[in-house]
Amino acid sequence: MQTNQIIALFIGALLLLGLIAFFLGRAKATRVRAGGTAMYAQPDQYAWFTVVSTAGPALAVSAVGGFLLLLLGAEIPTLYLLAGSLLVACLGLAIGIFMVRPDFHARQAIERVIRWVLAGAALISILTTFGILISIVGEALRFFQMQSFWEFITGTTWNPGASFLQAAGRAEEGSSTAQFGSVPLFAGTFMITAVAMLVAIPVGLLAAIYMAEFAPKRVRTLAKPTLEVLAGIPTVVYGFFAAITVAPIIVSVAGFFGLEASFNNALAPGIVMGIMIIPFISSLSDDVINSVPDSMRQGSLALGMTQGETIRDVVIPAALPGIISASLLAVSRAMGETMIVVMAAGMRPNLTANPLEDMTTVTVRIVAALTGDQEFASAETLSAFALGLVLFVVTLSLNLVSVIMIRRFREKYRVNNL
Amino acid sequence: MSGHERSRHASSRPEPGQPVTRNTDANHELSIRVRDLNLWYGQSQALKNVNIDIYQKNVTALIGPSGCGKSTFLRCLNRMNDLIPNVRVEGLVEMDGRDVNAPKMDEVALRRRVGMVFQKPNPFPKSIYDNVVYAPRMHDLVSRKAEQDELVEKALRDAGLWEEVKDKLQEPGTSLSGGQQQRLCIARAIAVQPDVILMDEPTSALDPISTATIEDLMDKLKQQFTIITVTHNMQQAARVADYTAFFHLGEIIEYNDTKTMFANPAVKKTEDYITGRYG
Amino acid sequence: MSQSFDDISAQLKRRHRQSTHLKWVSMGALGLAGLFLVLFFADMLVKGLPAFQQAQIQVQVDYSEQARQLPLAALNEEVRPLVSRGYLRLIPRRIQENPQLLGTTRMEWVLADSQVDQYLKGHHSKLKPGEQSVVERLQAQGRAELKFNTTFFTNGDSKMPELAGIASAAMGTLLTLVVTLAIAFPIGVMTAVYLEEFAADNRLTQAIEININNLAAIPSILFGLLGLAIFINFFGVPRSSPLVGGLTLALMTLPVIIIATRTALRSVPESIRHAAFGVGCSRWQVVRDHVLPLALPGIMTGSIIGMAQAMGETAPLIIVGMVAFIPDVTNSFTEAATVLPAQIFTWAGEPDRAFVEKTSGGILVLLAVLITLNATAVVLRKKFERRW
Repeated sequence: MQTNQIIALFIGALLLLGLIAFFLGRAKATRVRAGGTAMYAQPDQYAWFTVVSTAGPALAVSAVGGFLLLLLGAEIPTLYLLAGSLLVACLGLAIGIFMVRPDFHARQAIERVIRWVLAGAALISILTTFGILISIVGEALRFFQMQSFWEFITGTTWNPGASFLQAAGRAEEGSSTAQFGSVPLFAGTFMITAVAMLVAIPVGLLAAIYMAEFAPKRVRTLAKPTLEVLAGIPTVVYGFFAAITVAPIIVSVAGFFGLEASFNNALAPGIVMGIMIIPFISSLSDDVINSVPDSMRQGSLALGMTQGETIRDVVIPAALPGIISASLLAVSRAMGETMIVVMAAGMRPNLTANPLEDMTTVTVRIVAALTGDQEFASAETLSAFALGLVLFVVTLSLNLVSVIMIRRFREKYRVNNL
Repeated sequence: MSGHERSRHASSRPEPGQPVTRNTDANHELSIRVRDLNLWYGQSQALKNVNIDIYQKNVTALIGPSGCGKSTFLRCLNRMNDLIPNVRVEGLVEMDGRDVNAPKMDEVALRRRVGMVFQKPNPFPKSIYDNVVYAPRMHDLVSRKAEQDELVEKALRDAGLWEEVKDKLQEPGTSLSGGQQQRLCIARAIAVQPDVILMDEPTSALDPISTATIEDLMDKLKQQFTIITVTHNMQQAARVADYTAFFHLGEIIEYNDTKTMFANPAVKKTEDYITGRYG
Repeated sequence: MSQSFDDISAQLKRRHRQSTHLKWVSMGALGLAGLFLVLFFADMLVKGLPAFQQAQIQVQVDYSEQARQLPLAALNEEVRPLVSRGYLRLIPRRIQENPQLLGTTRMEWVLADSQVDQYLKGHHSKLKPGEQSVVERLQAQGRAELKFNTTFFTNGDSKMPELAGIASAAMGTLLTLVVTLAIAFPIGVMTAVYLEEFAADNRLTQAIEININNLAAIPSILFGLLGLAIFINFFGVPRSSPLVGGLTLALMTLPVIIIATRTALRSVPESIRHAAFGVGCSRWQVVRDHVLPLALPGIMTGSIIGMAQAMGETAPLIIVGMVAFIPDVTNSFTEAATVLPAQIFTWAGEPDRAFVEKTSGGILVLLAVLITLNATAVVLRKKFERRW
C-alpha cells in the first residue's frame, strides 16, 4: 500500500527527529551546566522538553489534517500533509533547542503538557458518549424522516420486509407496504425481561440473604466467586445453551402438560438470561445487606424477634433502596442483552402474552436489520438506529435512577452510623 | 438501708459460688442470679468468676474502665453474645428459676423478657408508630387497632416522648433528634413489657440535656422494670443507680448499694477509680 | 407480671419455624444457582468434549493417473462416501507436489466424513445401513478410530464440519484484542490518573465520572451501532476487520479499566504521596515513580478482567460485520476476520447436527481461556494484595 508506506516513513522520520531532539537538547543543557550556570531543571528534562516540542505540534498538525481530510473531504494529499508535519517538527526542534536556557523552567513545561494530555484522554469517555448519541440520533432522525414517529411508537405491526422492494422500486410486487410499529418488539423485550427478572430477583436476593445473614464464613468466601462465574460466561454461550438445551426441555415439559410451545419460546431465553443476571442481583444485594448497620439487627433481636423476622422486617426494608437499585440495573441489562435472544428467541414480531409462543425483541431486530445485505440508507437498516435510540434512552434512565437510589442509601446510612 | 456492713465484707473478697452482696431489704426480690460466670473471646478471657445478684425494680449500674467487661457482662444477660462467633460462656445466669445459658433455653424468649437499649440510638427504618408497635404486634400482645394505638401512646408516654411526637407518629423514626431517638428506643423496649431492661451506655452519644431526660426516665421506669445500665460516667451512676458494681479486668471488684460504694468504698481500687485516679 | 419462659416459648414455636424456613429457602436459592452452574458446565462438557476427537479411517489410496483428474477414483468404491471430501480435494495437489506418488498405492489414515465421525461417537448419523456396516467392519479391523482432533485447532472455518476449526477465529480474537488493549489500556490509565491525581473536583470531572459509570452500563449492542456509524461509515475503517472490532471493544472496555485503575490508585495511601512531595517531587514525578508502581497490580488485574470481558463479547462485533466466513488464517488488521464468540455464533446457526459438537467445542476453548484469564487476575490480586 502506497499510503501505508508513506505513513511508516513519516513515523520513522518523526522518531528519528525525536531522537535527535533528545540528544541535542541534552547536549546543550549539559554544556550550559558544565559552563557553571545554575539551571532550573535537569538536562534530561530539557531533553524531554525538546522532544515534546518537536513531536507534539507535528502530530497535532497531521491529526488535524487527517481529520479535515475525512470530515470535510478536503483534498490534501497525504504526502504533502505528512511532509508539512515533518517541517513543523523540524521547526519545533529548533525552537525546543533554542528554549534550552538556564532561566527556562523545562520541568513545569513538561508537566503542563502531561496534564493536558491526561485531560485529553479523560475527554475520550465523554466523546464516546457523544459519539453514541450523535451516531444513533443522527441515523434515527433519518429514519423518522422516512417513517412516522407516531406510527413507530404506537404501531402494532413490524413488517420491514417490503421496504426493500420499495427501495428497489418494486413496491407493487410486495403484498403490503413496509410497516414499522415497534410495539410488538417492545412487548417481546418486556416479556423476556420479565421472565428473566422472575428468575433472577428471587434467586439472587435469597442467595444474597443466605450469604449475608446465615452462611458460615467459609461458605460465603466460596459462594461469592462461584456465583461470579455465572456473570463471566459470554452471552453467546448462554444463547447456545438456551437454544440447544433449555428450549427443547421447555417444549417437552409444556407438551407433558398438554401445552404447545414453540422452540423459539420466550421462556428459554428469559430463564437463561435470569440465570446470567443472578450474580448481578446477589452481589449488589449482598453488599447492601452487609452495609445495613449491625445495630439494626441487634435492636430487633433484643426485642425478642427471631432472626427470620429481623431479616424480613428490619434488614430487608433498610436495604430496600439498594435492592431496588440492583434490580433496576438488572432490568437495564436484560433489556439490552442481545446474543441470548438472537440465538434463542424468535424472529417473528408477535404481540402475545403467552411466553410459550415465539416472539422477537428490540435487540434481535437491530441485529437482523444490520446483518442483512441491505443498503445502509434503507428504512430497515435505519430502523435499527431508531430502536437503538429508544433502548439507549430507556437503559440510561434506568441506570440513572439506580445510581440515585444507591447514593441515597449510602448517604442515609452514613448519617445513621454517626 | 440495712445490711451495709455485711455486704461490704462479702464484696471485698468474693468466694466462688457465693453471692457478692445480699440486700436484706424485703422489698427487693431477686431478679437475676449470676454465679461463677466466665467468658472467653477465642483464647482471651473477658469475664472471670463473676458473681452478682440483681434485684427487681432497681437501677443497677455497672461501672469500670473501658475494656473491663461490663458491656460483655450485660450482653450475657440476654445472650446477645451469641451473635459473636468464637464466644464461650461458662457458669450460671439464673432468671425466674431457669438457667439462661441452658441449651433448652430459647434465647428469643429470653430477649422478650430482657430488653435492651443500645449505646447509639438505633430506630428501625420505619415510622415512629411502627417502631413502637412492631414487636408487640409480632408477640401477639396487641391485635386490634385501638389496642395498638393505646399501647403506642402508653409506651411513648412512659418514655416521656409522647408530647413531642404525638402529631407526627407516621414520620420515620430516624427523623427525630438523637435524644428523642434514644427515648423512642426505650419506648420500643418497654412496649413489649419485659421484666428487665439492659442499657448499654444509653447516654454516651447524647447531649447533656437529653442525658438528664433519660436519667429522669430511668428513675421513673424502675417502678415497673428492673434496669441494669452500663455507664462510663461515675456521676451518672451516683445519680441514678440503687446498686453499683465496679468491674475491672473482667472481674467484679466491688458490688454494693450505690451510696455506700461512693461514700465508703471497701476496696482501694474502687476508690482510686471513683476518685478519678485512673479509668 | 409478665409471661413465663415456657408460655413465651410455646408462642414462639411457629415463629421459629418461619425463621428456619427462610434459612432453608435462602440456602436453597444459593444451591439452585450453584446447580445451574454445574448443569451448565456438565451440558457443555458432554456436548463439547467429543469435538476434540475426530474419526479417521485407514484406506487404500491409489495415486493413479485417473485420480489426478477425478480424486474419487483414488479410493475403493466402498469407502468413497466415508472419506472427507476435503481430503479428496487435496489428492491432485499432492500428486503435483510429489510426483513420485503417481502410480503408487498406499494405506493411509485419512480424515473421515463427519457422518462417520458422528456414527462412531454414537450420535445420530445420516449414513446408509450399508455404509454403517462398512464402518463397523473397518472399526473391527482397527482401521477406523477416533483420534485427537488437530484439525480443530489448525483449520479455519469450513462448511464441512470435519474440516472446521477455530484457528482463524482465534487469530481474529488475538488481533482484535491487541487493538483493544493498545487503545483502551493507555487511555484508560491516563484518564484514571487524571481524575484521581490531577483533576480538581469540578463540574467537568463530575461529568466525566457520571459519564464513565453510564458507559459501563450501556448495552453492548449500542457500541456496535457506534462502531458502524462512526468508525465504518464516517472514518472508513474497513468493515469486519480486527481494527474496527478492536476499536469498538476498546470503547466498551475503557470504563472497566478506568474504574479498576481509579480503585487501585485510591488504595495507595496519601502518606506515600505526602512523603514524595516532601522530598521535592513534582506531581507527575510522584505519580510516575511512587503511585503508579504501587497501583500497578490492581491496574493489571482490572485490565485482564476487562480483556476477558471484551473477549467474550459478540453483539457489537456482529454489528460491525465480524461474523464473516473466514476459512484461512489471516494476520492483517484491516482484512475481514472473525472472533471466537462470533465463530460460535455462526456454527450455532448451522443446520448440520455435527456443528453442535463444534460449537460446544469452541465454547469449551473460549471458556477455558476466559477462566484462565480470570484466575490469573485473581491470583495477581491475591499475590499483590497489600494492607496499608
